[in-house]
Amino acid sequence: MTPATLSLALSKRQGWLFWPTLSLLALMAALVIFLIVAFLLREGSPLFAQGGIARFFTDDGWWPLEASFNMTPMLLASLYLTMGALFVATPLGVAIALVTTFKAPARLAQLLRNLVELSAAIPTVVYGLWGVTSIVPILNMWSPPGASLLAGILVVALMIIPTITILTQSALQTVPQAYIQGSAALGVSSSQTLLRVVIPASSQGIFSAMVLGAARAIGETMVVLMVCGNIVQVPTSLFDPVRTLTANIALEMPYAMGDHRASLFVAGLVMLLLVSALVALGEWASMRQRRMAP
Amino acid sequence: MKQALTRELDYRDLAWTGLMYALTLAAFAMLLWPLFTVFSNGLQVLSWEFLLASPANAGRSGGIAPILASTLAIVLTSLAAALPLAFSVAVMLTEGFDPEGWAARMLRCSLDILSGIPSVVFGLFGLSFFCRQLGLGYSILAGGLTLACMILPTLARSMAFSLESAASAHRAGGTALGLSRQSVLWHVLVPVALPGICAGIVLALTRGLAETAVLLFTSGYSDRMPESLLDSGRSISVHIYDLSTNVPGGSPNAYGSALALLLLLAMLSFSVHAITRWMQRRMTGTTTRSH
Amino acid sequence: MMNNEHRAITPVPPANTAPRTPENITQRNTLTGDYIEIESLSVSYGNCTVVEKVTLRVQRNSVMALIGPSGCGKSSLLYCLNRLNDLVPCCSVEGSVNFSWMDTKLFGKNSTHLRRQVGMLFQRPNPFPFSIRKNLEFALKQHGIKARAEINNLIESALREVGLWDEVHDRLDSSAMALSGGQQQRLCLARALVLDPDVLLMDEPCSSLDPMSTEKIETLIRNLSKRRTIVLVTHSLSQARRVADQVAVFWKVDGVGKLIECGNSKDVFERPQHSLTKTYLKFA
Repeated sequence: MTPATLSLALSKRQGWLFWPTLSLLALMAALVIFLIVAFLLREGSPLFAQGGIARFFTDDGWWPLEASFNMTPMLLASLYLTMGALFVATPLGVAIALVTTFKAPARLAQLLRNLVELSAAIPTVVYGLWGVTSIVPILNMWSPPGASLLAGILVVALMIIPTITILTQSALQTVPQAYIQGSAALGVSSSQTLLRVVIPASSQGIFSAMVLGAARAIGETMVVLMVCGNIVQVPTSLFDPVRTLTANIALEMPYAMGDHRASLFVAGLVMLLLVSALVALGEWASMRQRRMAP
Repeated sequence: MKQALTRELDYRDLAWTGLMYALTLAAFAMLLWPLFTVFSNGLQVLSWEFLLASPANAGRSGGIAPILASTLAIVLTSLAAALPLAFSVAVMLTEGFDPEGWAARMLRCSLDILSGIPSVVFGLFGLSFFCRQLGLGYSILAGGLTLACMILPTLARSMAFSLESAASAHRAGGTALGLSRQSVLWHVLVPVALPGICAGIVLALTRGLAETAVLLFTSGYSDRMPESLLDSGRSISVHIYDLSTNVPGGSPNAYGSALALLLLLAMLSFSVHAITRWMQRRMTGTTTRSH
Repeated sequence: MMNNEHRAITPVPPANTAPRTPENITQRNTLTGDYIEIESLSVSYGNCTVVEKVTLRVQRNSVMALIGPSGCGKSSLLYCLNRLNDLVPCCSVEGSVNFSWMDTKLFGKNSTHLRRQVGMLFQRPNPFPFSIRKNLEFALKQHGIKARAEINNLIESALREVGLWDEVHDRLDSSAMALSGGQQQRLCLARALVLDPDVLLMDEPCSSLDPMSTEKIETLIRNLSKRRTIVLVTHSLSQARRVADQVAVFWKVDGVGKLIECGNSKDVFERPQHSLTKTYLKFA
């Protein structure tokens, strides 16, 4: 037997096992998502069977031990927190992106970009730790208790600034240089060029950055658990303590039983749907922006 | 008239540029503040004893050795579980399934959805499936397996990317030598893509280490040295959470642990850069300076 | 005025041209004596000099074509005239440019004022991704003209001047990106004209257009030059012959672009003095 025929025989013996095994494992990986959704549905189903979806908005309040599962205060808290964080983070993130892409000299811009990527890698629990020991006491001096919606908004905004910055940077880079040259040749000042030509031309990408930032904010658990005060109520002022849907799941899961437990799984399902919808929207907008690149 | 107008417009330009710079400065000051706090507070606590001793007094004093051990165990378990699956996904996406076919598209779609799921939901899933359904209870094994599900998409994507880059260059060459598809994979593509695969593994580790909510539900709270994978054990991030929220006066050690975590992540990230440079050298035969 | 160190022949054309000039420029007003004075201009990117010590005088209200092979720095020189080189971080420029009929104290360090008087047309049409109307009124609004009626008038006259009014007057709010290449380039010309600049710089404006659109733009250039000064970079020698009053020939000498000959279009094409010009014109 020559080397060629030797290896052929060997590979024939091994080959019949290799590809099928790999295919099986790959398909198992694909099944994980189905498994997750299946389990959420299974565990949450007792509540669905009982009363349908409306009760999650019309029950008396969140009194799980008395079978009252009104999620509205927590859903509202999640939404307010996300919108507030976006409101604070977007101008800051877009400003950083503009400065690093167009204004700063090359070395400084690279340094700033590295700093932003560094911040993106910091675990959220560290942000939460800083929030508890630095932000909450400051807010406490202003209006006790410090742990509140505002604290959550500030810390979560800080957390999503890197996300928004990095995504906006790639959107800004898809704007053709020809637009900038054309605008400069018309005698338009650089800040007006950025504001009125570059930003509109990259608006899809900036929208995508905001949406993906929102997805990150709304799914955040640890920070809100640590700085928001964890009281179930509809916030009437920024200084009210609140509990978001995610924090609620984390707080009550260890000891929840029966219907209470099922309600938490329903909450998990809601989060899954919300975040998936946001991520899909963000990716779609980002794709439309990338199509514009020269 | 043109002259007068231009003077007004100069002020407008100055104002907007000033605003941009002011916002950037404010943003960086905010971003650096937590890092600064962690470093200044954590350095007071961090020492070799801290890293090697066991926690005492509910963690207010003592060290974090058992917690480091648990963290290591959880992360290694998750890698062990996720690697074969991610490797299979990567191989099937690049070499196996038809890229336009239903299997590849379904695979990519489910990976995309998986990567977007918030960590609490993974926690719920882990709790109900691994801890209760499979009877693993609060354990390192359950935590590791749940974490594996979380890092699967990142790992699979980066492996697929490295294999794809290697494949385009070398697939034809290997096949022309009469090697079977499997041989080409093992003997040509994987060695070439190895640095990229390593970088992907380290990246996934970085993501896994940062996770807290998932492990809160699945691997438990125990701060004793774990004896087996079925023991409960807390990771560093859970320890930080516990010390800062549930233990009054636990903040100093929380900062120490946070600093330890950040340093660990920094070392991992630095090794990603080193591996990537290794990769460039292998691919191109030269070391290009990374910009 | 010949204080140029380079041993070229007559680098600067005389201000008053003798009557033996081609018919199509006899209507030119050559008696004003106004000009753009380019003195000893050199452009480098980083350590690499692309064009060195160019001294040139461009007659006002005429067409000056810069010709020569690729890489001689013609475009770099052109970009100096409206300081668009400021956008390139590693670019450094030496020498001076003087517009004799303008008060340059107006300009100062801020180049936005300069660019209102000196417009530019690029090689590839680059309309903004806005509607046709917004493309045209963008610069007007930026420079403080806000009255709706005035804007509409300026837009209409600019579009008429480039011959686009009939084609687009009924769809001014549709996207500029939907126009054909030739229409887009004329739109960009209208966009530059709407500011009523005294000087127009054109960097190979027809190189990405079909012959019919090219012919339209060339006619426009000849018409525009009655009231404006046009400096044109072109690779097409026949185009230079067709539209230019004066021609400046560049060549790469010792790896750096230099001006080797300059004069009336007819003189340079029929009686070139420099040997390199003779070689180059063989391609015409």
